Amino acid sequence: MSEKLIHLTINHMPVEVPAGTRIIEAAQSIGIDIPHLCYHPDQSIKAHCRMCMVEVTGQRKLLAACSTLVWEGMEVITDSKRVYDAQVGVLDLILADHRQDCLSCSRNNNCDLQNLCRRFNRLKPDLPDVSSQERPRLDNPSIVRDPSKCVKCGRCVKVCSEVQGIGALSFTGRSAECKVTTAFDLPMNETDCVLCGQCTLVCPVGALTEVDHTSHVRHALHDSSKHVVVQIAPSVRVALGDDFGLEPGALVTGKMVTALKMMGFEKVFDTNFSADLTIMEEGSELLHRIKKGGRLPMITSCSPGWVNFMEKHHPELIGNLSTAKSPQGMFGAVLKTYYAQRMGWDPKDIVSVSVMPCTAKKFEATRPELGRDGYQDVDVVLTTRELAKLIRYEGLNLAALPESEFDAPLGTGSGAGAIFGNTGGVMEAALRTAYELYTGKELPKLEFEAVRGEVNGIKEATIDLDGTPIKVAVVNGLKNAETLIRRVQNGEADYLFIEIMACPGGCIGGGGQPIGTNNAKRQARIKALYELDQNLPLRKSHENPDIQAIYREFFGEPLSHKSHELLHTDYAPRPKRYDFSPYIEKYRKFLPQK
Amino acid sequence: MKPFAKKLTELTPEMVSLVDEIIASHDGDATQLVGILLDLEAAVERHYIPEPAAYYLAERLEIRPTQVYDVISFYSALHDKPRAKYTLQVCDSAPCRVKDSDTLCETLQRLLNLEVGEVTYDGRFSIEKVPCFGACDVSPAVRVNGVVYGHLDSEERIVNMLQQLD
Repeated sequence: MSEKLIHLTINHMPVEVPAGTRIIEAAQSIGIDIPHLCYHPDQSIKAHCRMCMVEVTGQRKLLAACSTLVWEGMEVITDSKRVYDAQVGVLDLILADHRQDCLSCSRNNNCDLQNLCRRFNRLKPDLPDVSSQERPRLDNPSIVRDPSKCVKCGRCVKVCSEVQGIGALSFTGRSAECKVTTAFDLPMNETDCVLCGQCTLVCPVGALTEVDHTSHVRHALHDSSKHVVVQIAPSVRVALGDDFGLEPGALVTGKMVTALKMMGFEKVFDTNFSADLTIMEEGSELLHRIKKGGRLPMITSCSPGWVNFMEKHHPELIGNLSTAKSPQGMFGAVLKTYYAQRMGWDPKDIVSVSVMPCTAKKFEATRPELGRDGYQDVDVVLTTRELAKLIRYEGLNLAALPESEFDAPLGTGSGAGAIFGNTGGVMEAALRTAYELYTGKELPKLEFEAVRGEVNGIKEATIDLDGTPIKVAVVNGLKNAETLIRRVQNGEADYLFIEIMACPGGCIGGGGQPIGTNNAKRQARIKALYELDQNLPLRKSHENPDIQAIYREFFGEPLSHKSHELLHTDYAPRPKRYDFSPYIEKYRKFLPQK
Repeated sequence: MKPFAKKLTELTPEMVSLVDEIIASHDGDATQLVGILLDLEAAVERHYIPEPAAYYLAERLEIRPTQVYDVISFYSALHDKPRAKYTLQVCDSAPCRVKDSDTLCETLQRLLNLEVGEVTYDGRFSIEKVPCFGACDVSPAVRVNGVVYGHLDSEERIVNMLQQLD
């Protein structure tokens, strides 16, 4: 079916776009960026902010460019006096209700509202400040809310309910009282929030941001009595470049390592290494469960947003989760035991830093299970955005830096470890190892294209383990995860292994990635990680020589007593705010049978 | 997570059956949320939506607690904090003002020793100013839990009205 094309003009320039295009997108196609705050390419239309008002010939009123579809012969003007006056009026009103302490805002120089002010040359607003006097709310280890900065665009509300299916944030109140908050204005950790941080990724201003831990790292680096060691997650290397103006998906591994070494980290290691370790444990666990009749389907446990979701909303699945720690957790444990012994360091003198694409990882690092003898395995978690801030502080031009290698021995990662960063990657990595461990034969083709998922989707496949078919599913985005879980629980699907990542696209689209991450950039990053895997000589976790060495020297074999002690964990249901279970039984019989 | 324990006890079996009853009277239809909340508020002694009841309602209707709170906070007729058993709503629109509703309001404040928006220490009375509730023919008037008391143009009548509430 050929798409119907619509012809219109924007500022007298002829434009041809498919039917169903919105004015704002048609303008983008010829390089005009119509001012906007609430519009987001991956979200449904809200038309809240009214910044994108444009003039359409023949129309009495200005129209919102984000919500108006183009029609044949439409004449759009985006820069008339009427449009300018309307847009500046809206901008002034938004500014009047926005606490303007840009200099101390974590989004300074990276803010959609600031950009608009610069664009409209609105240096000193005419209206008095009527912004909320509420103070920033720091009630969890991952996300800060600053209601006085909120511009009520509703992007966070949309991403939380439409993509993640959580609905922890919502508009409340009306008119001047309107604000975005949780049910009954509760602290976020007491709500359904799983700390995935997708809200911090779409917020156009500084109303929702990650908890900043950069100063912790700087203090540690200035303390000469400490061994400051850093690990970097697979997905950071294809996203960090975004923050420095490189093209989406640019691979900056070597430059990033140089930057970290220049900052003074004693050792720069790769989370890809512990991703390989995770695969050894998780792959072995899967085979163990299949052979010994353990609980199936087994579900991955690398994504802390997903783990939080499971503990809060589906505690009945605790037995299905792989007990293997996440790569971050495994790395921390290895660093403070195996590596500390090897180097003759006291674990208490090690500051273990991790750079993650994720806000929920900050919470994960505080879990009491992930530590021993009074210390945590990971002391500070930085998001990709915070790493970019440290690089800026250091005054480094990332693009111009030379390339360096990770330190040995915890710096060797296989291609299988690299693709942990995107949806379908953990599955593919596990299958590569499980196949060879299970069959004892060499895998004829390394790429499992059938499990290479799409951004914000569900993918299922049947993989042939040399005669034994195993059904698997790959899902990203928690709303999709909920759909899949219902399917499994209703007996509509019988998978053996499920990979769940909380964020759309997996970690490459995580809540800690650079501002401006959208689905198009997610695709570019996924492509970059698969290319990275393709170009590595080492592409299977169990063939990683450093992994083989650590099993030889320290753990013995996967699922050994020692690895259970250090590399596995357990989960616990997290109490909901109210427990209705005694009452729910009563009305269950009235519910329609699903 | 500890502070939850205290809150848990607030959802009494009586509250559960009340919510169940109201939901049943609305055929369990989540689109009737506003009506359900109004009924609930009318039935709760202090005329508000207690937090655990809102959470239970959300669970029963299979919607998010945030959606319930969104609706409660949107409508001025719905409340998320305890009000008085008797909220004296004084009309603040022009016809009642013409008939000197200001004196009515001041008298109520003096008799009850109460500011507008406050609740008496025993939780029995509060005074609210509200827009017209259609009782211009008997103004100045107050509305208490849906019942209109009109012609309150003397202290005697006002005291009489208050005594009827006991």
